[in-house]
Formats: sequence, C-alpha cells, structure tokens
Amino acid sequence: MRFIFKTRYEQDIALFSHPGQVFWYGLLLAVLLALPFGLDEYVMSQLHFVLIYSIVGLGLMLLVGFTGQISLGHAAFLAVGAYTEALMQARGVPFFVSLPSAALLSAALGLVVGLPALRLKGIYLAIATLAFNVIVEEVITRWESLTGGNSGQHLKPIVLFGVPLGGDAAFYYLCLALTVLSLLALLNLLRSPTGRAFVAIRDSEISASCMGVNLAKYKTLSFAISAALTGIGGALYAHKVTFISPEQFTLLQSIELVTIVILGGIGSLHGAVLGAAFLIVLPQLIAVAKDYLPGNVGGSGLQAVVFGLVLIGFIVFEPLGLYGRWLKVRTWFELFPFYRKGMFRRQKSYMKSERLR
Amino acid sequence: MLNQLLQLSVAGVAQGCVYALVALGFVLIYKATETVNFAQGDLMMLGAFFALTASVTLGWPYWATILFALSVMAVVGMLLERLVLRPVLGQPAFTVVMITIGVGYVLRGVVTMVPGWGTDTYTLPTPFSEGVVRLGQVIFSVQQLAVIGMTTALCIVLYVFFRFAKLGVAMQATSQNQLAAAYMGIPVRRVNMLVWGLSAGVATFAGILLAPVTFVHSNMGFIGLKAFPAAVVGGFGSVPGAIVGGLIIGLVEALAGFYLPEGFKDVAAYVVVLVVLLFKPSGIFGETARKKV
Repeated sequence: MRFIFKTRYEQDIALFSHPGQVFWYGLLLAVLLALPFGLDEYVMSQLHFVLIYSIVGLGLMLLVGFTGQISLGHAAFLAVGAYTEALMQARGVPFFVSLPSAALLSAALGLVVGLPALRLKGIYLAIATLAFNVIVEEVITRWESLTGGNSGQHLKPIVLFGVPLGGDAAFYYLCLALTVLSLLALLNLLRSPTGRAFVAIRDSEISASCMGVNLAKYKTLSFAISAALTGIGGALYAHKVTFISPEQFTLLQSIELVTIVILGGIGSLHGAVLGAAFLIVLPQLIAVAKDYLPGNVGGSGLQAVVFGLVLIGFIVFEPLGLYGRWLKVRTWFELFPFYRKGMFRRQKSYMKSERLR
Repeated sequence: MLNQLLQLSVAGVAQGCVYALVALGFVLIYKATETVNFAQGDLMMLGAFFALTASVTLGWPYWATILFALSVMAVVGMLLERLVLRPVLGQPAFTVVMITIGVGYVLRGVVTMVPGWGTDTYTLPTPFSEGVVRLGQVIFSVQQLAVIGMTTALCIVLYVFFRFAKLGVAMQATSQNQLAAAYMGIPVRRVNMLVWGLSAGVATFAGILLAPVTFVHSNMGFIGLKAFPAAVVGGFGSVPGAIVGGLIIGLVEALAGFYLPEGFKDVAAYVVVLVVLLFKPSGIFGETARKKV
C-alpha cells in the first residue's frame, strides 16, 4: 500500500501522482511501441480498431462519464468525421489539414447538438440525440451528389507530408500517437477548471450553477470536445475500413459506442481504453465459441445475446466496469490479507426521482 | 384530393395506433418506475412470435391467440422486472437505460435461436382479410379499420381499469408518489412488477396489430424506436399524451411519405420530436416540473 504524502500544491495537479506510475505507463508505452515487430497482420488490424475506438470512447467518456450528459447519437459524429476525411482526401487536401477539419466540423455539429442539452435532461436528451443520429444518417444517404449515398466512399491510404503511410505499422503508430495525444489532452483538461466544472455538472447541476459554473457554456463545450474526438476517431475509422457507407453509422453503432463507456467503467479514462479493447475482443471470442455450439444457437443471434448478457451482467454485478474490477483486484493484493468485501460497495442509493412534487 | 387526404389519414392513424400502443407501454413503465424501457419494441416482437406459435403451430383461433400471447408476455414482463431491473434500482437513469438496451439485444438474439422462429419472416393470419370498405369514393382497408377499432377498445379497457379497478387505482397511486402509496398499504414493489407485466401485454397487443402490416420477424422491434418520438411528443409520463403522440407521428409519417420527397418518411418522426422538444422540452402533455432544492 502506498501512501502519498503531499508536501506541495503542485502535487495536487501533477500528471503522475507517484514515480511508480511513470515507470508503469512508460513500460506500457514501450510495449505498445514494440508491438508491430512481433504480431501478425490480423492482430495488428484488430489493434488499429482498439486504438480508434479508444479515441471515440475517450470522447464519449468525457461527455457521459465526466459531464453526465447522455448521448445516443455519437455515430453521427463518427460519420461526420469519416465523411469529412473521405471527401477532403478525394479533393486532394493533405491529411494534416483534413484531420483537424474533421475534428472541427464534428465539434461544430456537437455545439449544435449541445444547444438542446441546455433545456433537455435525461431521457429527453437521449431521444434528441437519437433523433439527431437518424437524421444525419438519412441526410448522408440522400445527399448523393456529395456523399455518394448508399454506394459509399472509397478512401486511399494516408499521405503524411508527402510520405504515403503504407503498411500496418505506420498506421498503427499514427493511431497510437493520436490516442496518446487525446489521452494527455483529456487528462490535462480534467485537471483544469474546465474539467472540474464538467464533473461538478455531472454531480449536481444545481450546486454547480450555485458555485458559478456557467451551465450553458460548459455543457456545449463538453459536447463539442466529445464530438471533436469522435470526429478524429471517425477519420481514422474511415481510413481503416477504406470504404464508408451510411449503414455503418446507425443507431446500433451509437449504442455500441456507449457500451464502451459502460463496460470500461463510467468516469475513468482507463475505462474508455479497456472498454474499447473489450468491445473488439468480444466478437473474436464469440467466433471461437461458435464452433463448439449447436447450429441454431451458434447462429447470427449469438452475438446479440452475448453482447446483451455482457451488458446486463456488467451493470448488475460490476457497475464500475472493467477498470473498477482492476481496482478491486489491485486493492486485494495491496491490502492482502486485509481486503474486505464491502470496500467498494456502492453507497446506499435511493431512487433519484426526476419528477418533483 | 380530399379523398386522398382522408385515405392517407386513416392509414396514418392506423399506423399511429401501433406507435401509440408501444408508446403507452413506455409511459406506463416510466410513470411507475422512472425507467425508460428501450426493450419495449423487442417485447412487442417477442409477443408477436408467441402469437405466431399459438396461431400457426397450435392452430388456435384469433382471440385465443391474443389471450395466450398476452398472458405469456405479462409473465415475461414481470420476470424481467424482478430479475433484471429490480437489482439495479437506484442506479443512474442512464445505466438503467443501457440495461434495457441489453435486454433488447438478448431478446432479439434469443428469438433467432428458438427452433421454428429463427431469422425468417412470417405472416400471422388474422380474421380481417384484405377486404376494403368503400365510402363514396374513399377506400379504407378493413385491416386498418380493425387496428383502429381494437386500439380504441384497448384504450377504453385501460381507462376503465385505471379509473375503477382497485389494482388500477393502486398503480396510479404508486406512479404518483411511491412513498405515500406505501404508507397507504399498497405493496409498491409488487405493483411495479405488475406494471411491467401490463406494459409487456400492451406491447404484445401492438405486435399482434402490427403483424399483418410488417410481418413477424426478429427485427420488427425496431419500430419501438419510432414509438419513442411518439412518447416524447406526447410528454413522457402522460398516458393520453402517448396516444396523441402516437397518432401525430403516424399521421405526419403517412403524409410526409406521400407529399414530401423520398426519405422524409423515415425521418419525419424524428424531425417532429426535435421540433416539439425545441418549443416544449417536456412534450405536449408533459408537466413542467420546477426543480426545488
């Protein structure tokens, strides 16, 4: 067990709270950097997806996990990022311009979606974002002169500063760099007054506004930042799959993105990455299990059932998500043999009513 | 011109009735437990499949089919509440929403695994054949009139139930104030469980009405996503609102499908809900609650 004895104010906002963290995260980064040298193409390809979904998960985590706003429409931002990237690339815009544009355009759209969030709460916000998702999907399908409609868009490999990024390793390093940058950006953001304001809004809007947090400003800001990260993820996603069409950005995609946040653990940045990894690994496990199951059980419905059961199981038995599980395991070892069962038990919570009488 | 409008309206109202019933299921559950049940559409789908089994495999008459499906689904609804929803009572609303989404996934997947159901599309035979009723120059299909008629009948039954039956009044009391209801000797938890059963039953009814239109298949539950806007337009938490909202969405969709360019039909419901939310953030019939500290 480590006790951190703070002697300076800077320690409160330091990026790493103790030297051990520097060592372990450094080691993790080194391993990640070395990965392309030992893995085959297929695993690399899955790693790309993990990193891309991590970026999206981070964006969504900021909104859902730290600002407490609900969004069932993030696939729309993913779509905007992907299509911006595809269309700009087709017109010869270099990558280092088109990627920020994808982020900015998504952010602009996020601002627009954030506006109703000022008036809407809870389920109404979820419905509004859901409606937004469906409308964006339909617009992309129908605006054939721009997006190509259902016949979709093809993308060429990224050219960065005149050097084509061929091969899996190069794309992997690009994704890794962007993931690490997003993580650092969010870490810094959350240590700043802005991040504190987000968390205050999540915990109680009334007390936040009493403390002088401008609800309108910070809610829309959260939506914009979240959308921007999702847009970056979308641009990378477009390059990864090399072909995008509207049916990749449906409501089901949005729900899948939200499950990243839930499975990883709401309110932790680790959770976003862990959740993304889990979401990518799960279908692989199902594909393996399929061979051992009888025909009608191992059919197309298996994935839905497992996905649903995992979601239910996590919420009922491990509401803190994967990261929460890791924390519990670590605490068990740190405190051995003094770990108590109830150490992470939820505080007794009563039904919080949205209706007020 | 006018005839056409009338005909479209009837078609829209018939479709709206189905939305209204699914929305009604949302609202019942929301009022009772403040949970938004994203699996409502999938409950509807499951109910339609039970009806299919009773009707096709067992060869039962139409009314027996309905009763069978309703009672089975009521039990399914109550089990869902008891086994899945009650353990997460008190968690943030969003987590509970995600759990119902999970339930929806499971239901959709399980249906494809049951022998005899699978991923195919089926027709549910109904006594209302493809006949039409002529009224002057206007032509209505019997099917649509039957849907409207049966929805009206169900609404009357529900109204009488909530107004006069002891259980119905208890449900109202619970949804208005759980604590006060508990003090009055109402077993709140059991009532909430029954509300889930009732709501699953209403969804099943919607599924049976919808079956001749969209046929029975494992993805028919996605119509629940259109019933959401219906519930929100009416104001989540208002029973008459759900009916009105459903009818509005159905009408707008039918008219948009005819008078507006292709593609507007699918988004009409969502455009309506955004517009309504813009002007009345808690729906047409929604009560405007002020947060008191």
